[in-house]
Amino acid sequence: MSARAELLLPIADDELILGWRNSEWTGIAPFLEEDVAFSSIAQNEVGHARALYQLVAEELGTTADELAFDRRPEEYRCSSFVELRLVPDWAKTIARHCLYEDADERRIKELIESDDPEVAGLAAKIDREEAYHRMHAQMWFERLQDVPQFQEALEELRPMVVERGEHLPEFEQLWEEMTEVRRSVAGATW
Amino acid sequence: MKEREQEFLEYVQSGGQVETTDWMPDDYRAKLIKFIEMHGNSELMGVLPEREWILRAPTLQRKLALTAKVQDEVGHSQLIYRVVSDLGKPREQCLDDLISGKSKFHNVFHYPTKTWGDVGVIAWLVDAAAIISQKALLKCSYAPYARIMKKICWEESFHILHGRDVILTMMNGTDAQRELVQEALNRWWGPLMQFHGNPIPPGDDPMYTWRIKSQGNGEARQQFLDGYVPQIWELGLTVPDPKLSKNDDGVWEFTEPDWDELMHVVTGHGPKTEERLGLRRTTRDETEWVRRVVLPEAA
Amino acid sequence: MIYEVFRQERKGQAFAHAGSVEAPNEEFAEWYAREEFGRRGESVALWVVPREAVHEIDEFVDELGRNYHRVDGYPLKEKLKEARERASRAAAADR
Repeated sequence: MSARAELLLPIADDELILGWRNSEWTGIAPFLEEDVAFSSIAQNEVGHARALYQLVAEELGTTADELAFDRRPEEYRCSSFVELRLVPDWAKTIARHCLYEDADERRIKELIESDDPEVAGLAAKIDREEAYHRMHAQMWFERLQDVPQFQEALEELRPMVVERGEHLPEFEQLWEEMTEVRRSVAGATW
Repeated sequence: MKEREQEFLEYVQSGGQVETTDWMPDDYRAKLIKFIEMHGNSELMGVLPEREWILRAPTLQRKLALTAKVQDEVGHSQLIYRVVSDLGKPREQCLDDLISGKSKFHNVFHYPTKTWGDVGVIAWLVDAAAIISQKALLKCSYAPYARIMKKICWEESFHILHGRDVILTMMNGTDAQRELVQEALNRWWGPLMQFHGNPIPPGDDPMYTWRIKSQGNGEARQQFLDGYVPQIWELGLTVPDPKLSKNDDGVWEFTEPDWDELMHVVTGHGPKTEERLGLRRTTRDETEWVRRVVLPEAA
Repeated sequence: MIYEVFRQERKGQAFAHAGSVEAPNEEFAEWYAREEFGRRGESVALWVVPREAVHEIDEFVDELGRNYHRVDGYPLKEKLKEARERASRAAAADR
């Protein structure tokens, strides 16, 4: 695996799986305006994953879709943090949102400094979109910071941010669902 | 009918538009609320069959498109419930009545989705049936509703193209994929034919009298068949109705849908009704605290 | 709180009422307005205003029919016809 793949796949996998988890709220978010807003955030995350996969795919001679869907569960490099199924707990969802955006900001800023101009360019674009996500997380943090449920959620999730290695049990189920249609007719165009 | 009501009736029947703060007969307001509320309910319930497939979408492009489509539908319900709210029935009350089964939503959202074929058929044909009704609502006498219909119709235009793209890709694919499409179409044809409602003559339909609707149910169905049966047939797909054909007068003939079944389904007895309302109920209960913290006046 | 949203479709056009959103404060309202009325690139700008700040006026007084400052106060058809006829009679008389 190339240096670029090593660097970008964990980030792409994080964005894909977090986008997947966040889109589990579509249609059932606490209220309609937030449903629409949170869905945009989920779409952006999947969009970032796609762009990152495309950069890696170019090098490896494959496609973004093949990277996103056609690997075995053990081959994904996402953190267990993003694999957690948090619906219908909004406190935990927002807690993860705040913690993730914070950690991700540092990671993206490093990528912007990359010697690889394609990586640096994409990272800058992603960062401009993520700025809105950070604003959204901050907005919710200020609203929920005095709510005990939210404070507990932050404490519970904070240690998990840096964990990367073993996949959680729920990741297998996620992968099954995510690849179900694609695997149903192998090699087909959808 | 009292004189003021008679004047109002003549006003809307000659194309007059009504705003939120205008005087309107109690019956007009009540019928309007019920009609618009059902539309809002339908957009919100329509989300549930489709959202399961976001997670299973087989490419990143499809995943994004389906998420955006479902997002639009949630957005539509937001716009629609705001209109109902301004007419006097708050959103939370509408949601209470939806979940308790007191108010209705369109038949098509009471049915299960079984395969990716359903995803294509729903986006292509169910949305097409809906857009025919929605275009007719652009002329609704109640102006705030007519105005949001403009935005809704604009957003729906990509939904149908997305649906067509999904279907065409499968039809150009493998036998297994073509089979998925045909099988889904066979299951959805019945609900599609019932979608526009039983054929009440416009003169007998109070929605038409008040110019809330500007098109009869039969007319909408004919428009749907005219637009979409040729599209279905040209792909080599069959429609599970041997009687379906266009006669010499340009009128589509078909097996009369089961109107009792339609009534049975929309009064809360569809195959998936209880499960979906149950999901709405539990997620609404679980997120009650959020609304109390963030939107205290509304909760 | 309800916030009214006005949108400008293209630069140079007027801001038109697009709809409303429910939000706890201005910050949330801006987020929701941007999403609801701008996520598809359909607007180049939005105005977000608390509903109470919008005051509707729909009564205008004109008891004495003041058409002196409107176009409909100047029906010139008859006068113009008379003037043209007089001018053509005068021209015929000169010949």
